[in-house]
Amino acid sequence: MNVIDTSGLGKQYGGTWALRDCTVAIPAGSLTALVGPNGAGKTTLIQMLTGLTIPSAGTVTVLGDQRAGSAAALDGIAFVAQDAPVYKNLSAADMLHLTRNLNRFFDQQYALARLGDLGISAKKKSGKLSGGQQAQLALTLALARRPKLLILDEPLAMLDPLARHDFMAIVLTAMVDDGVSVLLSSHALPELERVADQMVLLSHGHVALAGPVEDLLACHRVLTGPAAEADSYAARLDVVLARRAEAQAQLLVRTGEPGASGASGASVAPGWRAHSVSLEELVMAYLRAPGAEVLSASFPARSARSARQEVSR
Amino acid sequence: MTIDKRLNGSRGGAAIEFRIDQGSGVPTYLQLVHQVEHALRLGYLEPGDRLPTIREVVASLAINPNTVLKAYRELETKGLATARPGQGTFVSATLNQVALPELATLRRTLVAWLATAQTAGLDEDGMVALFTSVLRDFVKSPGRDRSEEIA
Repeated sequence: MNVIDTSGLGKQYGGTWALRDCTVAIPAGSLTALVGPNGAGKTTLIQMLTGLTIPSAGTVTVLGDQRAGSAAALDGIAFVAQDAPVYKNLSAADMLHLTRNLNRFFDQQYALARLGDLGISAKKKSGKLSGGQQAQLALTLALARRPKLLILDEPLAMLDPLARHDFMAIVLTAMVDDGVSVLLSSHALPELERVADQMVLLSHGHVALAGPVEDLLACHRVLTGPAAEADSYAARLDVVLARRAEAQAQLLVRTGEPGASGASGASVAPGWRAHSVSLEELVMAYLRAPGAEVLSASFPARSARSARQEVSR
Repeated sequence: MTIDKRLNGSRGGAAIEFRIDQGSGVPTYLQLVHQVEHALRLGYLEPGDRLPTIREVVASLAINPNTVLKAYRELETKGLATARPGQGTFVSATLNQVALPELATLRRTLVAWLATAQTAGLDEDGMVALFTSVLRDFVKSPGRDRSEEIA
């Protein structure tokens, strides 16, 4: 079962497409990182998934084949908006009371137990809690609804490293305990590689990359070699991003098949070395390659031609 | 140097604690596999020892549960671990090729070699480079001392 299925999904504001031609399928049981710069369309996508915005084009279903925004979909999805949305003047107990009455299902015992584990006093006003505790309170309210899909918009931005670790530990443990699927929009790139097994990368309102993280990493390589040969070599490859210094050039290439031109170097030109790529490197490369994006109308995206232009500066 | 894992075992805990090196470039699941293999080679882990549950690893390291699952499947495929439903994953084989006393003897000989290398003026990186190079040649054609580089 897919927890998210979109096909040709788009949203137009005025004459501008905030998101266009978005087709993704996200399997249940995964944690999907939703990545992209500000204005790439992340929040627009989340709003259409949660039924807060009506699409201008395409289709979106959640939790199998539920229509986004339908009662069944709303029951199964918990959404925590940016910056830990809790009412600052309400106590933690009041927040529980409010959430219980606003939803068709709420596991009060679970919520109270979680607050106990976290050392959050039920009487304390939410606004008096630390940033980490406010985020944990918002997460507790979301998880106590026992959702099948948990959507988190930038939950880590305000948290210190320890609070981020603890927050993600709770989210990931819920995957083990309750089989919750998670969609996490985040700028915290270094952390995503360990927590995410799926990724959707948005750039300029388009899907730049989508799929299992492992596969995405496996079909990309960084090649380093003499700068003088970079142009001619790049012409034969599917280059995402090329960087060149006086003597040495680095080409981040799409190899098409996992493991091709791998560390064994079987299919790498003499004088060149292949390295595996980190998720952070991969994301940065795709976001830094606007040339490929612009040229994608007349040439395949990330064409060798666009890379040549990059290389020759 | 010995690690007294029985201290943990007696409390019903897992026999090994994992760690993740984010900057290593090695996929997370492989890091877990390597750590188990390493512990098996050095005799820190033995058949029957319980590996941490997926939940325990996820809660302590904040990594994706599917990653831990993948690592444990890999260990099962390699015949090093067995999942017992409802109980956890247990070590089912050993990579410890020699008995512990022999391992101790080998360690002593190696320490003696390291001392010689240090006296001769090699630093740590030099020792690693020399050992790695000799080991690679030895594996390629054991029993022969080959010093020339194979292109």
